[in-house]
Amino acid sequence: MYAQLVKTAGTGVKSQEEMTDQEREFQDKIDRDIKIEPKDWMPDDYRATLIRQIGQHAHSEIVGQLPEGNWITRAPTLERKAILLAKVQDEAGHGLYLYCAAETLGVTRDEITEMLLDGRMKYSSIFNYPTLNWADIGAVGWLVDGAAIMNQVPLQRTSYGPYSRAMIRICKEESFHQRQGYDAIRKMAEGSPEQKKMAQDALNRLWFPSLMMFGPSDKDSVHSAQSMAWKIKINTNDELRQKFVDQTVPQIEFLGLDLPDPGIKWNEERGHYDYTDPDWSEFFNVIKGNGPCNVDRLAARNKAWDDGEWVRDGLLEHARKKAARKHAAE
Amino acid sequence: MKNEWPLWEIFIRGQHGLSHRHVGSLHAPDAEMAVKNARDVYTRRNEGVSIWVVEAKHITATAPGEKGPLFEPSESKVYRHPTFYDIPEEVGHM
Repeated sequence: MYAQLVKTAGTGVKSQEEMTDQEREFQDKIDRDIKIEPKDWMPDDYRATLIRQIGQHAHSEIVGQLPEGNWITRAPTLERKAILLAKVQDEAGHGLYLYCAAETLGVTRDEITEMLLDGRMKYSSIFNYPTLNWADIGAVGWLVDGAAIMNQVPLQRTSYGPYSRAMIRICKEESFHQRQGYDAIRKMAEGSPEQKKMAQDALNRLWFPSLMMFGPSDKDSVHSAQSMAWKIKINTNDELRQKFVDQTVPQIEFLGLDLPDPGIKWNEERGHYDYTDPDWSEFFNVIKGNGPCNVDRLAARNKAWDDGEWVRDGLLEHARKKAARKHAAE
Repeated sequence: MKNEWPLWEIFIRGQHGLSHRHVGSLHAPDAEMAVKNARDVYTRRNEGVSIWVVEAKHITATAPGEKGPLFEPSESKVYRHPTFYDIPEEVGHM
């Protein structure tokens, strides 16, 4: 998914005795898979955590347009260009669905945008890595969108109605993203030796950053336990990461590429692939702002926002004048 | 930051003659732009043949607290459903 290290508000899961009547009724609804809707009562911590999580998810969709948008004008064929354009447009749409879901919790669009622009809210660490060549675009669709799908599919069942509906819509569209990426990288893996080398290099560079997308192990975290009790998190980070590795290894083998990690081995006993854990010090460093592209990404978003101000204001002013004229004529 | 564009609720009618259905919301300066944005945000894959936009502030909704008094009365009126009635098989399809 696109939300990592989302801080769960509160002190962890409360026992039935510790809960107020309202809290008990709320938890009971979640346990019975009844959706929580915007006007329903909800604990402040649930609301705050969801704003952080959905906000981070939305920001990731928006910032995620930058590494791919970088290659639209340099796509190798007109068809690839049209496909990439459609994909990047989808990401903008996904950001909008999620911002609207977050707004139903009482935050405004401007507030949440401001928090991205001044660095108070994060987006996924993966988008702080550069896309150096066309093979990276294939690898991003295949691996990054593939990892996102792993997390988004279970979230379709999340307890918060607007979030769940946004996820359902996003998942419908996301499968195209992964498939177009795999298709692009397959073309290169089956191409000239130079192309195959580029595909291998892209896989090698993006493998561990993709594994980091799931976030560090949280199997012992009380905060994750609370998010899972609220059903705004459905699986642990390790479960999803394992699922991603298990799904992706055969896809790598089909391409005839070398595995990006010598530690990948089928473990008969577990029924899963073993793999090497990513370097978490790198992850924390990127989250802190020291990844290869953090500064560029935020600068690009700030520039887009500032440069667009006259358009936003102009359109609003035009709408006001038109309404006033209509009012005067009546 | 201020001057936020108002919020619009978007309704789309699909291909098969069903009613317009709520699909989500978006921000736009006026109704005309809301329709244009809705086309880009909600009909990229042939989802619709008609779009309605309504500014969110104009929608009046039931309150969650009214759920009981409003909707529970219909729970006990099973005779409103066709399955309540036994029709002898000899009568045939009805």
